[in-house]
Amino acid sequence: MLLMLIRRVLLGLVTVCIVSLIIFAGVEILPGDACTQFLGEYQADDELLAQCRKDLDLNRPAIDRFAEWAGGAMTGDLGLAVDGKTKISLIVGDRLQNSLLLALCAMGIGVPLALMLGVITGLWRDRMPDLIGSTLAIFAMTIPEFVSATLLILIFSIWLGWLPGIVLTSASAPAAEFFPEILLPVIVLSLVMCAHIMRMVRSSVIEVMAGDYIQMATLKGVPYWPMVFRHALPNALLPAINVVALTIAWLLGGVVVIEVVFNYPGLGRLMIDSISDRDLPVVQSIALIVASVYVCVNLAADLLTMLANPKLRTMYTRK
Amino acid sequence: MSKQPFISVKDLSVGYNSRSGSTIEVLRNVSLDINRGESIGLVGESGSGKSTLALAAMGYFKRGLRALAGSAHFDEIDVLALNRDELQKIRGGRLALIPQNSGQSLTPTMRIGQQINEALQLHSKVNARQFQSRVIELLAQVRLPDPTALITRYPHELSGGQQQRVAIAMALAGEPDALLLDEPTTGLDVTTQAHILELLRELAQKRNMAMLYVSHDLGAISRVCDRVVVMYAGEIVLTGTARQVLLAPRHPYAHGLLTSIPRLNQTSLPLALDGRPPMPGEAINGCAFADRCALVDEKCRTTPPDLHPIPSGENVRCFKSDMISDMPALNVKAGQRNSARPDAESAALGLESLAISYEKKDWLSSLLTPGATPRPATVDAINIKIQRGETLGLVGESGSGKSTILKAIAGLISPREGVLTLHDDIILTPRVEDRPAPTLRQIQLIFQNPDDSLNPRHTVAQILAQPLRLYYSLSGSALHDASADLLERVRLGAHYLDRLPSQLSGGEKQRVAIARAFAAEPEIVLCDEVTSALDVSVQAAVLDLLDELKTQQGTTYIFVSHDLAVVKAISDRVAVLYQGRLCEIGPADAVYKAPFHPYTDVLLGAVLEPDPDIAPILSADDVVELSPPARGCCFQRRCPRKLGDICDHETPPVRELADGHVIRCHVPASDL
Repeated sequence: MLLMLIRRVLLGLVTVCIVSLIIFAGVEILPGDACTQFLGEYQADDELLAQCRKDLDLNRPAIDRFAEWAGGAMTGDLGLAVDGKTKISLIVGDRLQNSLLLALCAMGIGVPLALMLGVITGLWRDRMPDLIGSTLAIFAMTIPEFVSATLLILIFSIWLGWLPGIVLTSASAPAAEFFPEILLPVIVLSLVMCAHIMRMVRSSVIEVMAGDYIQMATLKGVPYWPMVFRHALPNALLPAINVVALTIAWLLGGVVVIEVVFNYPGLGRLMIDSISDRDLPVVQSIALIVASVYVCVNLAADLLTMLANPKLRTMYTRK
Repeated sequence: MSKQPFISVKDLSVGYNSRSGSTIEVLRNVSLDINRGESIGLVGESGSGKSTLALAAMGYFKRGLRALAGSAHFDEIDVLALNRDELQKIRGGRLALIPQNSGQSLTPTMRIGQQINEALQLHSKVNARQFQSRVIELLAQVRLPDPTALITRYPHELSGGQQQRVAIAMALAGEPDALLLDEPTTGLDVTTQAHILELLRELAQKRNMAMLYVSHDLGAISRVCDRVVVMYAGEIVLTGTARQVLLAPRHPYAHGLLTSIPRLNQTSLPLALDGRPPMPGEAINGCAFADRCALVDEKCRTTPPDLHPIPSGENVRCFKSDMISDMPALNVKAGQRNSARPDAESAALGLESLAISYEKKDWLSSLLTPGATPRPATVDAINIKIQRGETLGLVGESGSGKSTILKAIAGLISPREGVLTLHDDIILTPRVEDRPAPTLRQIQLIFQNPDDSLNPRHTVAQILAQPLRLYYSLSGSALHDASADLLERVRLGAHYLDRLPSQLSGGEKQRVAIARAFAAEPEIVLCDEVTSALDVSVQAAVLDLLDELKTQQGTTYIFVSHDLAVVKAISDRVAVLYQGRLCEIGPADAVYKAPFHPYTDVLLGAVLEPDPDIAPILSADDVVELSPPARGCCFQRRCPRKLGDICDHETPPVRELADGHVIRCHVPASDL
């Protein structure tokens, strides 16, 4: 068990290292550097460029700079933005917190709702609850987020006037101040993720319910609902863990479209802004953070699956 | 006062609605009575409706099925009239089921103890505080080792035989009055099967239970049942005492089933029962069996026979039950197996000190646990030379390494040690990817389950085209002709080319799999339990086909099976394996006759013959071993004839008796 854990953590670290190298190399290979990109708009003269490069320390060899950047990143210091003054960790930190808030709220609503709907549609397969649920899920999945977002803004904030349609709170405000502005983006996100997870859970429930051990439990005399909760669901929900994890990683990685539509100051919008500002150091840092989030969440999901699945658990503990 | 039998099914018809809206019957007018203390065997091919009937007796129908007419009573309760909650009170309590595949019938996320405990909570009158001790008691009753430790285990940590026992213990938890057994020993090793059947017999006697034993295995039926009911295409065609049905069947179908079973006292292939049963919903004008019957005449094709009593006491659905004695007698086969002409001069395949291990070396674990000794290899010290045109049978229980050896020959796993040679001169590379095409072509593998080995989305033509393109670069009409020719050779017509595997029966699928292997014109064909998933009648036909192809092409077979009678029927030489070690090898007749290796003796003793007069001889208790011992004889822990220290410490010598018969045992050959 411990061995497995060590192996997986090492593997995760290696992945993040390789990803960081690729990100850094990608930025290096781009024509020009952070300064020509940043100053390009002003038809920068050589003097300004040289000054900027000196400020940003771009004259040293790439290897040196990578080592410094990677080393800094490990201690939480992501260096300076291209203006040479702002600490990246400061900007990114706030945004990460906001993205986390958005993700947690969306998960808090979406995941339980998705599991519940998935189980219901699976158990009532091909009957009314399933037909309604599955049709709605297809709509939620196929309508692009910006369309559903716009529709909800139209209905809830413009026609009904119940909820604010846009987030005006500043990026560094405490979490409580984002309410109720955060509600509409949360609803849109919950809808989208809910549909994915629900469909997955539905098919898993159907498969498990057709299984031999469910027939056996029935013929053993277990009443229907205890049978569902004790025999069917623990097995049917196992494969959901990984889908949920992927969705969480997607949420934490910054949901660009939603954040832009609602003007929500999260990681996704920061990335878009930094790209249009040609702030390469910030883009680089965000990419690294997103990659790390993916690795961590997937690691957590795998560990959780292992703990929840006796087959995997005993493989490592009883040998 | 006429009391109803304990379980009484009357004129029951079960069916489903087809897509076109018509009702298709899978059971037609079936009646069945079982009294307390009586055990009834229900026999038939797959699709004959036997499981449907057993489940209907519990008021359970698989998704889509429903009762169309008739009734099912259990102790005078009409189970078809009960609602869900009322049914659940009876099920598992007074009326319990032991399922076919316990591995899949135990909930994987629940511990063994929890699952039996649940049955107790639902049905037992035992005080809740005594549950724990009662669970242990039940597990001990079915002779599971170390019940106290077992209750915290999950189903996947148990072997197949242990899972089956857990299912039995679970069924007994509610102290049932009646047991329904749905193929409870199918897929188990012979030794495990024999032990479980003995256990069931004892329990039924002790508790005066009514038992309905569903199986296609007539050997198992003969062991536990008083009366036998034979089903065909959803109807009962014959009922009688076990002795009547198994020794002198009065229905041509039952007769055909019995002749298609390979038996230990025969050296020939069993007689195949040709044809296939009608599909549910197919229009049947006369007798459902008419198309496959040797005694058929005009009346059989136009008038459906009734189930009627005959003077000797059975009930038969046949007009000609008095003419069965004209059919070939049981136990004798007209045609002899094509005796091999192995070419002693040239070996087809050589295995030299082959050792295989599944254990992987890992830098991290060796870093953290230095000095750990590697476990003994899964397969070790296998030296066999297989001659051209010979059929070598490999037998042993599950875990004996039979399939592992096949995989190594096919190049699917790399041996840890040893050399594989083809024709004495070509050394086979361990990995199949490194083998040149001509070598690849010469070795083909046929798998156990054609459902898994045939791509469900490929037509038969596409399946056969792959090897023909790969090895012979055929295309266009040449490809079509070659495929059609292959299908002819496996006795399927060219009209099968456009079909998908799902449109074929089990036997037809396996024929396609055989055709695919033979498309490469191989010299060596590896058969991995190729008949284990098939009905006995189909099995006989497949064995016959394999034998015929071999005669035509001089193919060499390595035939792996856990069924000793099947191996005997088809093999020239037989090798007996235990825990990946060779115990005995020699000509088939010699291996199945004394002197025996003690393990061969145990295996043969446990074989169940479809004859109520032959009882199995059970010696060693069924201890499941997960890995071979580090030293000494591989069979030391189970051997009934163990000598002592020498068996624990020294590898037994290779003793060659007459005619290439080799036994590896410390006991002198004259004593074996």
